Amino acid sequence: MSGAVGREAVFPTRQSLGLMKSKLKGAEIGHSLLKRKSEALTKRFREITRRIDEAKQKMGRVMQIAAFSLAEVSYAVGGEIGYQVQESAKQARFRVRAKQENVSGVFLPHFESYTEDSINDFGLTGLGKGGQQVQRCRETYARAVETLVELASLQTAFVILDEVIKVVNRRVNAIEHVIIPRTENTIKYINSELDELDREEFYRLKKVSNKKQEDTAAADREIQAAREREAEKQLTSGKEKEAKEKETPDVPDVLGEQEDTDVIF
Amino acid sequence: MASAVAYKERQFLAVIGDEDSVTGLLLAGIGHVTDPPDAQRNFLVVDAKTENSTIEKAFQNFTRERNDIAVLLINQHIAERIRHAVDSYSEAFPAVLEIPSKDHPYDPEKDSVLKRVRRLFGE
Repeated sequence: MSGAVGREAVFPTRQSLGLMKSKLKGAEIGHSLLKRKSEALTKRFREITRRIDEAKQKMGRVMQIAAFSLAEVSYAVGGEIGYQVQESAKQARFRVRAKQENVSGVFLPHFESYTEDSINDFGLTGLGKGGQQVQRCRETYARAVETLVELASLQTAFVILDEVIKVVNRRVNAIEHVIIPRTENTIKYINSELDELDREEFYRLKKVSNKKQEDTAAADREIQAAREREAEKQLTSGKEKEAKEKETPDVPDVLGEQEDTDVIF
Repeated sequence: MASAVAYKERQFLAVIGDEDSVTGLLLAGIGHVTDPPDAQRNFLVVDAKTENSTIEKAFQNFTRERNDIAVLLINQHIAERIRHAVDSYSEAFPAVLEIPSKDHPYDPEKDSVLKRVRRLFGE
């Protein structure tokens, strides 16, 4: 496995070894952080899916009630109001605004419904008859739409979380299976290269010191020989000197033992 | 990541549905017609005569071209007619929501999001 991921193209130096080591440490920290993030997100994700399931069931019921109240309206009005309603739609009274919610660094939107009270459409619908039913139907549908909006925000969160979790998991896996083994490989490579260099260096030093020792021994011998020669020379020259000195004994020795007559002390 | 600006503008809901669903949702006050000259409605009434291409065009219009729609509501039996488009749609904004209609009770098995939920949990 670790052989397959290869290593990074670096020069095996001590500096890059340090770099790689800090990189490995960073990767490990990043891995554990990302793993925790992914777990937190997954927890949230499961909660959301559960709520989506519930909300979908609720939506089924609510829409059924709403459809029933619409049937009541058409019964009371005594005809189709669809056309009239469609034609009189001008400005949306029921709107949503998006808010953000932060889950482990992921921004999840949350829709919030609100009604623009200044806009009042369909003022004329059901004016003839069935006004009360129309009013009730509007309220029922407004509640239904609120449920739908809630469901929509859950669903949006679901989609976003799904994507983010995929990305995070991909990163976790990439770090775990590619970056960390590769960095370890690189460290191993650098270490072996450095050891090799160390051995080489050691061997070289040993060679050098051996050579030096030999050199010094040779030099010592030479010096010894030179000294001996010198001594021999001195010996011979000393004898010559002695012979010379013996020839001139009448020079008075100033620093000698005999006293001078003109010295007071 | 959907940028914050992208969905601040989105404040309307859109509907693709049969007459009753659209009427009811419009009564709730979600109907919006943009200002002339190119007035665009945010709802589409679909009946038996409506062609699939029209539905799909409206779907694309609501999901891709308009950027003021936060949620697109679509009747499930209509979503069934353009299933490939709904299933291949995977953006977060606008959220596509399949809703039941009067004549077609809600079937969780067909919902594209619930299908993803089921697939994820291996049920």
